Amino acid sequence: MSSAADASAPARRGIGRALLADPMGLAGLVLVTIFLLMALLAPWIAPYDPIALDVKAKFQPPSAAHWAGTDHLGRDLLSRIIWGARLALGIAITSVGIAGAIGLVLGLIAGYGPRWLDSILVLVFDSMSSLPMIFFALAVITVLGPGTTTLIIVIVLVSFPAYARLIRTQTLALSGADYILAEKAMGAGTGRIIFRHLLPNVVGPLVILICMDIPVVIMLEAGLSYLNLGVKPPSPSWGNILSEGYNALRQAPHVVIVAGIPLVLATLGFTFLGEGLRDVLDPRGAGRRWG
Amino acid sequence: MSVLSVEDLSVSYRIPGGRLRAVRDVSLSVGRGEVLGIMGESGCGKSTLAAAMIGLLPAGASVDGGVIRLNGADMLRLPVDEQRRLRGQSVAMVFQDPMTAFNPVLTIGRQLADFIGAHDAARHNRADIAAMLEKVGIPDPARCLGRYPHELSGGMRQRVAIAAALLMQPDVLIADEPTTALDVTMEAQIIHLLRDLRTSFDGAIVIVTHHLGVIAELCDRVAVMYAGEVVEEAAVDALFHDPRHPYTRALLSCDPAVVQPGIGHLPTIGGRIPDLSALPPGCAFAARCAMTDATCASPVPRHRAAGRSVLCHRSKA
Amino acid sequence: MLAYAIRRLGLSVLILIVVMTAMYGMVFLVPGDPASLALGPRATPELKEALRERMGLDQPILTQILYFFGNVLQGDLGIDVWSKRPVLEQILEVFPNTLILGVVALGWALVMGILLGCAAVVWRDSWADRLLGVLSVSVISVPSFVVAIYALIVFAVWLNWLPAIGAGEAGDLGSQIRALILPAFAVGIGWVGYLARLIRASMLEVMEAPHIRTARAFGMRERDIVFRHALRVAIVPTISILAVGFGSILSSAVFVESVFSRPGIGTLITGAVEKRNYPVVMGTVLFMTGFYLLVVTAADLLIARLDPRVRDVLRG
Repeated sequence: MSSAADASAPARRGIGRALLADPMGLAGLVLVTIFLLMALLAPWIAPYDPIALDVKAKFQPPSAAHWAGTDHLGRDLLSRIIWGARLALGIAITSVGIAGAIGLVLGLIAGYGPRWLDSILVLVFDSMSSLPMIFFALAVITVLGPGTTTLIIVIVLVSFPAYARLIRTQTLALSGADYILAEKAMGAGTGRIIFRHLLPNVVGPLVILICMDIPVVIMLEAGLSYLNLGVKPPSPSWGNILSEGYNALRQAPHVVIVAGIPLVLATLGFTFLGEGLRDVLDPRGAGRRWG
Repeated sequence: MSVLSVEDLSVSYRIPGGRLRAVRDVSLSVGRGEVLGIMGESGCGKSTLAAAMIGLLPAGASVDGGVIRLNGADMLRLPVDEQRRLRGQSVAMVFQDPMTAFNPVLTIGRQLADFIGAHDAARHNRADIAAMLEKVGIPDPARCLGRYPHELSGGMRQRVAIAAALLMQPDVLIADEPTTALDVTMEAQIIHLLRDLRTSFDGAIVIVTHHLGVIAELCDRVAVMYAGEVVEEAAVDALFHDPRHPYTRALLSCDPAVVQPGIGHLPTIGGRIPDLSALPPGCAFAARCAMTDATCASPVPRHRAAGRSVLCHRSKA
Repeated sequence: MLAYAIRRLGLSVLILIVVMTAMYGMVFLVPGDPASLALGPRATPELKEALRERMGLDQPILTQILYFFGNVLQGDLGIDVWSKRPVLEQILEVFPNTLILGVVALGWALVMGILLGCAAVVWRDSWADRLLGVLSVSVISVPSFVVAIYALIVFAVWLNWLPAIGAGEAGDLGSQIRALILPAFAVGIGWVGYLARLIRASMLEVMEAPHIRTARAFGMRERDIVFRHALRVAIVPTISILAVGFGSILSSAVFVESVFSRPGIGTLITGAVEKRNYPVVMGTVLFMTGFYLLVVTAADLLIARLDPRVRDVLRG
């Protein structure tokens, strides 16, 4: 098993340039940058307060005053969408960050630790990822009650097994590599091998996987919020906007239409960026564009 | 009358920033009942030549010039579908690695039937196929037909591959490194099988190999390739006893089977194959040759004499 | 072969038991007991006690777990504390709707995916191939419930061609089919892209294999090579993905069912989650996980049938 890690080292120099040369990767980069800026600058660029009510101005179609129109409580949709980006990316990045850290530690333990511990951990990873994700998530929400914290816990629980598995596989492949065996033979300590050799090489593939996972996480957040099982209203989650708009579908279809757009663009952006990154970091995929 | 002839054939691969000239101005021919060996190190262009002979060049390779005649017909200029029809029927091939040459999810019988069915469904029935398998030394052929490739040993698979080629009753059988992937005992058996075949098969046989033993055991004539060119061509006995080209001499002296006992090491040829994308104007072997002088940098003449040819400034045919 | 199937199923059941036990444990780890949570803050202590007893919460946890699995083995997933109806009965009532949705979605995705994947192989490296590539990635990443909402607006609200909600009239096949079209489209569309990608990659790899060169060397027609020899090999890895993918199809179904207010497992469980209806949530999770493991096991067995190499590894 050859790993993406050892192939990525020489290619790393030109990541930026290679990504810019690839139309799909470039589109992804642009979209992701826009959403990141929206998230970071929300308080300054949002034209209105996202939760300020103005019932007199409810269900206004897009206009000069409200570029994306208003919802059933007269709240400015553009502002809600911009703040929604902050919410979506905040939750996504926090949860995959935590999941990535857990996955990294457990994966290293499984891949580098004693065999018996490895078999136990693999059984745990497998049993967790062999569940249909959504039912598992719903079970956890039932127990903990809906809310932002629950959402993050759910996402961490459903994502970390895949990360841990990846890290474990990479670690196993690497620790059999000649140069690591040579280090060991020369008496290098476990810490040195893990921090000097394993970590730098397993992080690349993990980053790709996490980047490809972000759209899934954004979707899960929006979906659960849409079902009223995620972020609680009046927080401007894209899912909440969709759900509120859905209730007035015939009266004011623009709410739902407008609220779906950022969701589509954000998931597309992260997916394109992830694909682009993988093509650049993992030359085995090169030429096999979407293989 | 030659069954298969190659005239001034050149093949190159497209590579970043240029072309890699894998086969250069090669002319060869083989007649009915004759066994021609094509010998050379890895990278000398012999496998590319074999692939061109059957019209299956890998992606990125293209014919730059020359003619391949099969029973007089100009293979390269035939319509694609005509070419396909000739493959298998007129010229059949046995590949190097019997482990991967068969489809892993289809039975041997199904694959052989598909190969035959591509040309003439009525020509052979199951009994004919079984008879051919028996002929190449497969015990219990009827059972073999129902098996999957991975259930057979490497040697058995190579026998099946040879049987498949023979079933097509081709005019030319090309074997590309037929024994290289096998262990020593299997190799001996396959050589034995191919030698027996010479008596019963009336077509021409082309054997591509780097193995001197295979050439000596099986071939009538041999062409030695170096850096895409045929540097020497001669009858097997003449070549082995009286090699003329310096490269042939060097190659023969490296064979572990002929090395004098007691010299303590295996001789090697110093240096390496020249860069095929930036060849020198003169002799490609000059850089590694002990006889090189100033003339070697100019275009090399081909010397011809009865039954042999040599491509060298310093040696005559 | 049989031994392998049993081992695999055994592991799956073990996983299921571990998960259900963990869920039971979680209920107890969380502050506030389920009975008071379910009844809300205004419930009287007597009412809570009664519900606790009915839910079996007054027993020690181990007893409860054993009791629960004992009942599961007898086909009893518990009683809905609200409607007092058996959970299994409610599940079986709506499960066919979800199953049909999943199978139809996967079915059309499979047909389209294979066609587009093969088309991409035939037209490889052309603009059509590239376009198919970008389209595939796009449909994979767009959330199915957003597709569902947009499809609903266009085809049900604006054009009024298809019904917006429900699963059709009982006994009226025509209306059931019409109600199935939009949900199946929304659930399956991502898988069209995914499968096209998968088939393409798999086919490209197979077409490079030496045995394909052998088939060419024997003069087989390219069409026969693609469909008789290559697809057979390329489809094998797709099947295992497909089985695992059935899980994600079910996930999409949960959201899409809710968009179309279509009775099914998704609407059943999301309603139960909102009301903290533990027996229904646990019963549904157990049922669907069990069903999913069954599908995955069946796919393993199918792969073993299709790929003789795997078959032998399993036998040996």
